[in-house]
Amino acid sequence: MTAAAISAAPRRATPWLEHSALPGFRLAFGFTLAYVGAIIVLPLAALVARPWEHGLGGFAEAIFAPRTLAALRLSFLAAAAAAVVNVALGLLIAWVLTRYDFPFRRVVDALVDLPFALPTAVAGIALATLYGPNGWIGSILAPLGIKVAYTPTGVFVALLAVGLPFVVRSVQPVLQDLDSAYEEAAHTLGASRLTVFVRVIMPALAPALITGFALAFARGAGEYGSVIFIAGNMPGVSEIAPLVIVTKLEAYDYAGAASVGVAMLLVSLAVLIITNAAQVALSRRGRP
Amino acid sequence: MNLTAQPRRIDSPLSLLLVAAALIWLALIIGAPLATVFVEAASKGVSAFAESFKNPDTWAAIRLTLLVAAIAVPLNAAFGLAAAWSIAKFNFRGKSLLLTLIDLPLSMSPVISGLVWVLVFGARGWFGPMLEAGGVKIIFALPGILLGTILVTVPLVARELIPLMAEQGADEELAAVTLGAGGWTTLRRVTIPNVRWALLHGVLLCNARAMGEFGAVSVLSGHIRGLTNTLPLHVEALYNDYDFVGAFAAASLLAGLAIVTLIAKTLLERLGVSEHTRANEA
Repeated sequence: MTAAAISAAPRRATPWLEHSALPGFRLAFGFTLAYVGAIIVLPLAALVARPWEHGLGGFAEAIFAPRTLAALRLSFLAAAAAAVVNVALGLLIAWVLTRYDFPFRRVVDALVDLPFALPTAVAGIALATLYGPNGWIGSILAPLGIKVAYTPTGVFVALLAVGLPFVVRSVQPVLQDLDSAYEEAAHTLGASRLTVFVRVIMPALAPALITGFALAFARGAGEYGSVIFIAGNMPGVSEIAPLVIVTKLEAYDYAGAASVGVAMLLVSLAVLIITNAAQVALSRRGRP
Repeated sequence: MNLTAQPRRIDSPLSLLLVAAALIWLALIIGAPLATVFVEAASKGVSAFAESFKNPDTWAAIRLTLLVAAIAVPLNAAFGLAAAWSIAKFNFRGKSLLLTLIDLPLSMSPVISGLVWVLVFGARGWFGPMLEAGGVKIIFALPGILLGTILVTVPLVARELIPLMAEQGADEELAAVTLGAGGWTTLRRVTIPNVRWALLHGVLLCNARAMGEFGAVSVLSGHIRGLTNTLPLHVEALYNDYDFVGAFAAASLLAGLAIVTLIAKTLLERLGVSEHTRANEA
């Protein structure tokens, strides 16, 4: 259930607290507020307050420095490209897992979540080794003139693994609940397989695909552990935005680090708002 | 009746092609990195693998990782229960704002989750000079590592509990209270048994993330070997020393943890589903 559905208010304005015979609200709510205040609100306030130390100019200077700009571009472009590929392949995997029976289907299904459970540093060193010049995949690609490790392509490849489960897990429940009567009706009426897929199945899946894209993108843009080992981290070429934050912090440039952090959050927020708007537009389209 | 799609056997060239393509992609993108961890750890033989665990820093890192999870996970579980109790069982204004705040850490880079604490408690942060005067160390010490880990994992239990408890409503709790049960008894005897699998599921995910956290902790730990390096940071340190067997041996512990987590998660989801259907049939 989404946040909006849980908090869907009744028609009349909600009072500050609706009366209930259930005890414990003060204690539970008090603890919740104190925890959210101390763990989430306080540190975020420190982040939002910091970049303006040297005025708006200081913020702009930190963000528009060529090295920072290149890193932001790489993080967000690689995340977007990987999320697009993951929408296609995540859909394929969710489709195969829900529609076909094959040996070890449940094991494969569970394995899709591995990128959620595997620590990012472990994925990072494994990917760097795998795609390195002597690795299983790197040694196959090298004679073809394709370099993945220590290039921007490495960032993209690492994000392919990071984002995949988000798309699969967004699409899978929708595919599972899709009433096959519609598909059969379309078949009966003479629609080809392709037509059924494009006209019947895809519209039902579109909101879930957008959600999956947004989640994979947001996670990819901020990803650190699985990327830094394979990226090579050459400033201006294969350096990602989170690494710029780390570098600035090591130089005690708190305002600069906070500027990059705020910029990353703003871009992520913008993408979230756009995808939400797309969801709303899609859900309106089907209605009379 | 809703005709949900039943999986069918592979019966056409197209279906074979689709299944093969999906499996090859999963093997490449998920299977190969996982296999690499264990193959590299064993690449110089079992004795080299075992030898790498004689490093006292590895054990210090394992102890620190266990300690951090042992503190962060129960705190976030208690928070998840309190948040779900107030959000799912009561109606009050500002609920969606609170939900948005709780979800926020999920869309933040882990490095930002570390950075924010440096801005609060670091040498040039809000309370840095004050802490220094008092001789209290938060950043580059255990409290900083804890704060970073807690921030990254704060939504994981709450997100499992809130939708489920909202769906269940407050009827059973109200009945218990009407029959004279106190708040704590109601929580212990009615609410928690009703959400136990979801609670365990959340704790499991929270624990896996807490033990494996890298970005936030990397900013906050100071990388002092044998002292403030957690196991993922220790993996990085060994890898950067070109001690690949050591790095992958330590990484194999974390990969093992991930596999155990996935198995337990799958079992829990099946238990949760069967319980859900039983409740619906009853």
